[in-house]
This record gives sequence, structure tokens and C-alpha cells, in this order.
Amino acid sequence: MSTPELQPQTSAMSMYRAIVGIGAMCALVIVVVFQSTAARIRDNQERFLAAAISDVLPVTEETIAVGIGENGQLQKTTASLPLPVFLAYGSNGDLVGAVLTAEGMGYQDNIRVLYAYSFEKRAIVGFKILDSKETPGLGDRVEIEPHFIANFEALDARLNTSGDALNNAIVTVKQGEKTDPWQIDGITGATITSEALGNMLNDSANGWLPILERDAISIDREATP
Amino acid sequence: MASKEVTSTDEFVKGLWRDNPVFVQVLGMCPALAVSNTAMNALAMGLATTFVLLMSGLSVSLLRGFIPREARIVCYICIIATFVTSVDYLIMALSLELHRALGAFIALIVVNCLILGRAEAFASKNKPGRALLDGLGMGVGFTVALLFIGVVREILGSGSIFGFAVFPDSFQTWTVMVLPSGGFFAMALWLLIVNRIKKKEAETEKAEATA
Repeated sequence: MSTPELQPQTSAMSMYRAIVGIGAMCALVIVVVFQSTAARIRDNQERFLAAAISDVLPVTEETIAVGIGENGQLQKTTASLPLPVFLAYGSNGDLVGAVLTAEGMGYQDNIRVLYAYSFEKRAIVGFKILDSKETPGLGDRVEIEPHFIANFEALDARLNTSGDALNNAIVTVKQGEKTDPWQIDGITGATITSEALGNMLNDSANGWLPILERDAISIDREATP
Repeated sequence: MASKEVTSTDEFVKGLWRDNPVFVQVLGMCPALAVSNTAMNALAMGLATTFVLLMSGLSVSLLRGFIPREARIVCYICIIATFVTSVDYLIMALSLELHRALGAFIALIVVNCLILGRAEAFASKNKPGRALLDGLGMGVGFTVALLFIGVVREILGSGSIFGFAVFPDSFQTWTVMVLPSGGFFAMALWLLIVNRIKKKEAETEKAEATA
């Protein structure tokens, strides 16, 4: 009876050498590519954000980034915030609105959105998804479905009489059941995504709009932060 | 009898037609069906995959004497993941819109069986020059196949090619073609055509051999 031919065993040292060596080479390649593309990616992100701001609030001529200072007041900032907020000024230098970033969990992954708030209309008047990995053909319909996009032509976001929260919570309702201007008409087949967007807008607006309504007008856009 | 010598041209051409990764080997179906909803997305995914195929094939071939047999899969995956990460950064540097359109599928190139398959079956057994030609042939074959699927889906699903309208506004687009199911329809159509041509070729060759 013949015995199967045994292949010589590779020593553990050779395997460690190969795995560690290749791992180190791969790390070097990634670092080199990251370093050489970082500046260009940052430029692209800034350009993309500027274009998105123009999309959600077309009257914008100039924006300034704002944040909340240690005293809880709104102030101009140069810091790169994870969810940046901008005050938008029109061609004659008037404050025309605010553009805010919000983030929340969708069906598959985090969704990041940009929305515009009009101080004049007391409403959300523009909306754009910046980053989403929702299911193609289902969840991603929130970006293209005309009736869903129409929700953000004037989504009521007025504050209560004390000015510390929204008068009516922004909620997503089932498709075709919208009755009030602060409701978002959802999408059948993209229920979780449309509800997630409603929740993240409500949370973000509840947190930011009272501060913006209180302080935005007093911000000096020429001042050095 | 001396076996027919495989030329460099054969290494390149086999990926385009005889062993086309999508229409013949039916490999890499996930991106082929998911990201081919427009011609531009198909082209971008094809080029990204070609870049990873080329670079990983070259690296695996150069390191084939250094990688032990028992640790080869982990080493190949590490190499492939490195070039996928690189291509991810490069696409972000090129266009964020394109990066958004390709979504999660760029990262998923790592698990495209076509790339690991070529590393294991070809690059690890051949010299760098041949591995490059094989990678280029397979990559171009993959890109062309995705483009074929993407063009059909975009024409019918959006009434355009590369974003340029080809039908009047009155054209009623077939929305199903841009949805995932449209990928299966377009794929089936091309498989039907390719298999028919291949069957005819085989019949002609058989007839010539008999004669």
C-alpha cells in the first residue's frame, strides 16, 4: 500500500516572517497613499459641502461656520466640527438662514444629511443627503422620490413660546397620511430610512434652532473667531 | 506531440473573450449586478477592479517565493485589501460624487472572488510580466462586461448613456432596470447573446476539425 506523499512543513518562523513582512509593506503603502491624497480629499470635501449648501439654500452668497462657546452662546468658529453648522448670508449681506448637518442611524449604516432653516419662514426649506448606504431601490429612494423631497420645501420648525424647543416635534408619518406642516410624508418600502430622517431632523432642530434663533442675528460675520 | 505555446497575447486576450470573468466564469457577480445601474458607475467599478487586479497580481507574483503555502490566503487578502483601500482613497481624491455613487461596493472589491481567484490560480505560479498581462486582460474583460450591462440598464432605465439623453422626454423609462432586479435582466440578456455566439463558434470549430 502506498502512503500519501507528505509535503515538507513550513517553519513557524517563515510564516511569521511572511505575514509580518507583508503586513508592514501593506501598512507602508496605505500610509503613502493616504498622505498623498489627504489634501485633495479635503479640498473635494470642502467643494462638495459648498455645492451642497448652495443646493439646500440657493440664495446663499456667503457662509460662516458657527459653534457653541463655553458660555453656551453661539459664536463664529474655525474648528472642524463633526457636524458643522453654518449661518448663510444673501447677496446684500442679510442673514437668510442656517445650514445644519445632522447624522443618525438608518437601516444599514449612519446617514448624514444637510438641511437649511429659514429664519423668515421658521421652517426647514432645503434638504440633501450627504452620505448614505441605504438599500439601493428601497431606502435610497429618500434621495429621489419627488413626494418625499417635497416635504422639505417648507417643513414647519417654529419654536414654542418660550423659545427653547420645537413647538411641534418633526415626525414621519405613513405615506399619504400627512396632515400637518411639521409632518414628513414617509415612503412605503423605505419606512425605516424615512423615520430615521424624521428623528434625526427633530433631534438636530430641537438642539440647534433655539440657539440659532436666539443668537444668530447678533453674530458679527466680519469678526475674527 | 509538442503542446501549443501560450503567447503573451493569449494571456491578455483570454480574459476578454474565452475566459471572460463575468460572461464565462460568472465571477464577481455582486458588483456586476449591483453597481451597473449606469454606464459611468459600471466603468468606474471596472477600472477600480482592474487596478486592484493588476497591482495584486504583480505583488503576489513578485512575492511568490516569499509567501509560504500555508499562509498564502491571508497574505493575498492582506495585499488585495491594501490596494482596495488605496483605490478607495484615490476615488475620493478624484471625485466624491463618484465615491458616493459606488457606495459600499468599493470596499467589497476585497471579497471579489475574481481577484483572489487570479492571485491563487495564476499570479502565484507565474512571472510578474505574465501576471500583469493576465490581470490586465481579466480587468479589461470585467470592465467591458460591466459596461455592456450598465449601458443596457441606463438606456432603458434612465433613457441616457453616460448621462446624455438618447430618447425624447416622452420616453417612459423602465424603472425596474435601474433597480437591482434590472441587473439580472441585463445579465441574462448578455449571457444569452454570448452563449449563442460561443455555441456557434464551437460548432464551426467542430465542423472544421471533422473536415
